[in-house]
Amino acid sequence: MTSNLSEHRLRVRGVDLEVVERGQGPTILWLHGEEGVDPGCPVLDLMAAHGRVLAPSHPGFGHSPDAAAIDTIDDLAYLYLDLLAEHDRREVVVIGCSLGGWIAAEMAVKCTDRLARLVLVGPLGIKVGDRETRDIPDIFALHPDEVRRLLYRDPSRATVDYAALTDDQLTVLARNREATALYAWEPYFHNPKLRQRLHRITVPTLLVWGADDRFVGAGYYGAAYRDAIPGARLLTIDGAGHFPHVEAPAALAACIRRFLDGHDG
Amino acid sequence: MRAWFFSENAYHLLPDPKEYDSIRVKLPNRYYDPKIGADLYHRFIDEWQIAEDLGLEIMVNEHHQTATNLNPSAAVVMGALARDTRKARLLILGNPIANRREPVRVAEEMAMVDVYSRGRLECGFVRGVPYEISAGNHRPTRMMERFWEAHDLIVKAWTSHDGPFNWEGKYFHHREVNIWPRPYQEPHPPIWITALSPQSARDVGERGYVVACFLTGLDGTKAVFGHYRERRAELKLPTAAPDRFAYAALVYVGESDEAGYAGARKLMWYLESNKVPPQFTSPPGYHPTATTVNTMKGGSPGNFRLFQNPALGPLMEVGVVFAGNPDSVYGQIKKMYDHVGGFGHLLIMGQAGFLDHDETVKGMQMFAREVYPRLKELGPRA
Repeated sequence: MTSNLSEHRLRVRGVDLEVVERGQGPTILWLHGEEGVDPGCPVLDLMAAHGRVLAPSHPGFGHSPDAAAIDTIDDLAYLYLDLLAEHDRREVVVIGCSLGGWIAAEMAVKCTDRLARLVLVGPLGIKVGDRETRDIPDIFALHPDEVRRLLYRDPSRATVDYAALTDDQLTVLARNREATALYAWEPYFHNPKLRQRLHRITVPTLLVWGADDRFVGAGYYGAAYRDAIPGARLLTIDGAGHFPHVEAPAALAACIRRFLDGHDG
Repeated sequence: MRAWFFSENAYHLLPDPKEYDSIRVKLPNRYYDPKIGADLYHRFIDEWQIAEDLGLEIMVNEHHQTATNLNPSAAVVMGALARDTRKARLLILGNPIANRREPVRVAEEMAMVDVYSRGRLECGFVRGVPYEISAGNHRPTRMMERFWEAHDLIVKAWTSHDGPFNWEGKYFHHREVNIWPRPYQEPHPPIWITALSPQSARDVGERGYVVACFLTGLDGTKAVFGHYRERRAELKLPTAAPDRFAYAALVYVGESDEAGYAGARKLMWYLESNKVPPQFTSPPGYHPTATTVNTMKGGSPGNFRLFQNPALGPLMEVGVVFAGNPDSVYGQIKKMYDHVGGFGHLLIMGQAGFLDHDETVKGMQMFAREVYPRLKELGPRA
């Protein structure tokens, strides 16, 4: 199977992906979360100073078409392992945010051969509490205003004026929500088996959490994630909620840079 | 034309809407008094029996976790009606099969009602309204794919008579499928399916099932029926008879227009009380992306704009409500009939909210005696 690398499109085993590519050097695979890829997000440029940033939109997100055979996070983990294999990319840094962190963790428990380091930013994907306690608030059952309040330190910055957006921008917003439901509906934002598999992650791993994350807290959820990955460190970033790359991109980038330079954080 | 009486079996004795933010999904059931509920169940079954006595057919539907409808299992209430009635056709519209974990269980229940009623079941399959997603506990994306797989499995279960088969599909797995009883009707009960989108209408048209529209008004209904007919023409299939088309409206017939309007205003409780927050009206993936985008821009699909601040006049104008004296109601239905290219089934939403038993029966009687005979002449009976 061959892949055609272009500026905006990648094709991996028959699956078309819209992709943002920036910078030169070793591959940095950026896996977005529920919010999708914003090409204007400063963190992409900041990371591009350290390598070749590759930020695909998962099938169904952004402008990536739906893929009939892909409907689970497991499928996405294999898709991105295939992406790395097809171009024989090695020593790859994988960074995943929220739902993207879940994908990154699922990749790493399958195989770390091509990975150098793993950065999980507010990752979802594991089950910590009991059967009657949701670890993750149900975004599909809460009012959109409440969801914004939980996700952002400053919810006002996430308020969208639909009237000011183009049809294309609105379509991307709608598709991002639909694709999130496709991948995360049930089990809700987690794989019941993932936590017991995290011990298989043998590359240096950094967990980063927004200090003001009201969605999933570092002290409870982040700590459980850290404890399950051998040698993982957990850092918090001030001034950020659940999406530090949106609310504190410079601080997040600095934190990742120290980790890539070989410091523990 | 055939007329079917249905009621949502609502529990209408609710607190001031200011006290709750949603009548669906999350309204605490402490507001439900089972003793009053029992009286209501019996009253509604009585009304269905009266409908049969008046020569009307019977329709039942189901919804979940909502005060607007206390039939979370259409099969259960239809089981009672199969025993308590003798001649009416019994329509379940319908089974929300995209939300069901076990289609084989649906096949069993429907076969049972069909046998119990000695072959009077008309079996509907529906996707379910958006508010059913949380209550139905199933993913809102790729629903129609799951819907059709469930349909295929149910029909195969109904029509396999020589021992078990196995099913290993994309959405459903089942070993040794071999239902007892099998349906009374051959090869199986008639199938009805609701449609709103062009694609759904085309899919139903291709199969020749009865397509049903709920409160879609003159233009919405015309579009759905049009897509159904168009698909059949494309495939060079026989032209569909009127009995392949059904339309559901709020209907109240009085001796005068004013009496009819008064009844209809009480039926509008169903629209007025439908207080539902956005996370339940627009689960991601339920509506086509283009529809969601249109909603973000402030548009409302079809008649839903009218449902937000319901008023009798506009609702009658677009054909969501048929109300007035017998001549008026006949004229309104005839207008719909002509506008949409004919339809063979009128689904009468004839009870809601505070329309009490006597008023409900009165409206039914007026319809059955004064309007129905003229409607029967509109098209061939199925």
